[in-house]
Amino acid sequence: MRAGGEDFEFEPADLVRAYVITKGRELPDEQQLSLITLVTAAPQDGRRPARLTPEEQRLLDICSAGYLSVAEVAGHTRLPLGVVRIVLAALAEGGHLLTRPPVPRARNADKDLLEEVLNGLHRKFG
Amino acid sequence: MGFTASSDDRVGLTTDDYVSGGATQTAVKILVVGHFAVGKTTFIGSISEIEPLSTEETMTQAAEAVDDLKGVRGKTTTTVALDFGRLTLSERVVLYLFGTPGQTRFVQMWEDMARGALGALILVDPERLADSFPVIDLIEQYGLDYAIAVNHFDGNPERAERALREALDLLDETPVVTCDARNEKSSAAALTTLVRYLLDRAS
Ligand SMILES: Nc1nc2c(ncn2[C@@H]2O[C@H](COP(=O)(O)OP(=O)(O)OP(=O)(O)O)[C@@H](O)[C@H]2O)c(=O)[nH]1
Ligand SMILES: [Mg+2]
Repeated sequence: MRAGGEDFEFEPADLVRAYVITKGRELPDEQQLSLITLVTAAPQDGRRPARLTPEEQRLLDICSAGYLSVAEVAGHTRLPLGVVRIVLAALAEGGHLLTRPPVPRARNADKDLLEEVLNGLHRKFG
Repeated sequence: MGFTASSDDRVGLTTDDYVSGGATQTAVKILVVGHFAVGKTTFIGSISEIEPLSTEETMTQAAEAVDDLKGVRGKTTTTVALDFGRLTLSERVVLYLFGTPGQTRFVQMWEDMARGALGALILVDPERLADSFPVIDLIEQYGLDYAIAVNHFDGNPERAERALREALDLLDETPVVTCDARNEKSSAAALTTLVRYLLDRAS
């Protein structure tokens, strides 16, 4: 298991609350928040965003020092993916979170990306 | 946004946990699939730049059973539905590798994983070929291009490969590569074989 994981393992009560706060909300559009959509906290001008739930605040904190994929946010918090997607969607909707969805699939885009992936693998592993 | 160079103690993540150059990155994914204990987690761990992470997609089940949450939490061995790693390949592309067993009961998870994936690497144990049939079926069902990486390979490779192709009913063009998932170079070579094949198919 990864070091430091204990620090932000959610307590049972938090988990229950996470389900409560997400209750009734629609699951976000898959294109918006896919497993590999990259997310980061929006710049805040030094102010703390008001009226965030503890879960929203915690996920926003995790996203505050750079970009992570939605899957990584779930992995680091050990929250179910569905919960994470709903909380992140709420943050994005409130303007607290920036998202970079993966490019839509298209044959040409694929080819460029695949070339870049292949070159990257060669650079990295020889 | 400006990246804080120091680690953020509140959440225990360090700079290395974040996607380098995230603001310009395009994320892509490749699936690493195979039957139980075939070496998926080992494979991802051997080439991932981050400690492999895992997550579950249990939202609907869990939401239905808030009363049962106590019982669920009490389990020390929860079903790990999905584990993944990351490879930053350039300033423009970051590759995620998602691994999961070929269990059809995780339908929602499979749909999430397969959607938009560049392709799949199917890990196969030649001693348990039949266990790979459902996995291959599932990958084909989702319309993903794939290569086969054979773990724990022994015997005469060429003869074994021919038998394996026949047993798995593979197309002639489907790449078959042997691989020791514990070895970084070997895993990277298998991944490279898949990507070269995907590129051929896209050209
Ligand atoms: N000899 C050999 N052993 C391997 C190889 N890959 C994995 N193993 C071993 O096989 C066992 C299972 O590997 P895992 O990576 O946990 O397999 P998995 O597919 O993630 O398993 P599940 O997630 O339980 O389905 C471990 O003990 C590994 O060390 C390989 O290429 N060669
Ligand atoms: Mg595993």
